Amino acid sequence: MTNPNPWLTSPRQASNSNLADVLERVLDKGLVIAGDIKICLLDIELLTIKLRLLVASVDKAKAMGIDWWEYDPSLSSRPQRQLLEENRQLREQISAAERTKEVSS
Amino acid sequence: MTAAQYVYAIGRGFDQNGLAGLAGIDGAEVRLIAQRNVAAVVSVAPSDEAALRARLERLDDLAAIAGAHDAVVAALAARSVIAPLRLATIYQNEQRVRDMLRHRHEEFEELLDRLAGTVEVGVKLFVETRSPSRAAPSSSGRAYLHQLSRRHQRRDDDWRHAAAAAQKVDTALSAHALDRSQHRPQPAQLSGAAGHNVLNAAYLIPTGRVTEFSELAHRLAAQQPNMHVEVTGPWAPYSFAEPDIGGRS
Repeated sequence: MTNPNPWLTSPRQASNSNLADVLERVLDKGLVIAGDIKICLLDIELLTIKLRLLVASVDKAKAMGIDWWEYDPSLSSRPQRQLLEENRQLREQISAAERTKEVSS
Repeated sequence: MTAAQYVYAIGRGFDQNGLAGLAGIDGAEVRLIAQRNVAAVVSVAPSDEAALRARLERLDDLAAIAGAHDAVVAALAARSVIAPLRLATIYQNEQRVRDMLRHRHEEFEELLDRLAGTVEVGVKLFVETRSPSRAAPSSSGRAYLHQLSRRHQRRDDDWRHAAAAAQKVDTALSAHALDRSQHRPQPAQLSGAAGHNVLNAAYLIPTGRVTEFSELAHRLAAQQPNMHVEVTGPWAPYSFAEPDIGGRS
């Protein structure tokens, strides 16, 4: 049952690991050495990279209606802004609704 | 040499022949920067930093870079003990890499001791969700609401069962692993896999046990209703290459 070199007979050779499996490892896992590195993913604000499990292009994903990353605080710097905007719109709707009510009553 | 260095992995026990002909990102020659018995696996980094950043933002380019990174890591892991680095770790020059190796020598030794003779195996568990039965047209609003609530109830039950089943498999697999690491479940729309990914985990196991472990995963999943499993690997121990030894739960 033991095989000294699993890479030789690995299920991976049958390519059942997809891009998502590779990306989640190289982007999310792997040793991070703090210090004087010149570039590392930690200091890049990458929307694309943060769509780590994506196997389609971003545009295609958006066309499919998959925009979960935009609402996930760990994936996007935007939610704060989006929440504020959503908040503002809701307030507007509420005051509009209240005005309508006042007029009709 | 003053060129910036892209670092793929830290490791030891390298066989120089194993490096011959190994191509890294953009086909760059892969070589070692050794400091005592520990070495960094490097290639000359793409010279245009801004261009590299832009490439990392484009999925096709990112996929190619990630593939090249993993190819180097996988080739070396088969022949030596390595700790893979996260993608796109670039040092100013060779001297900086040497300094880093010197400063962290003990840490790397401990890490490599822990990873020696191990591989990572990925296990994804999927449950097939019942497709909502096409309800017969409801005779009344009340009947419709009743139907709707039953459907939601059933879906909640499905999820609870799936989570419990996944945990059972996970616990059993963990008992056969040296360590375990949780990954984010892959959304079905993106991975293209059938069913809902209820568990996405990686297990650190002894090198000789890959087949055995994979068979165990299949057997355990088969015991659960509506569940199927996808086993990937062996991978270099990406998910266990943290220097904080023992700090992982």
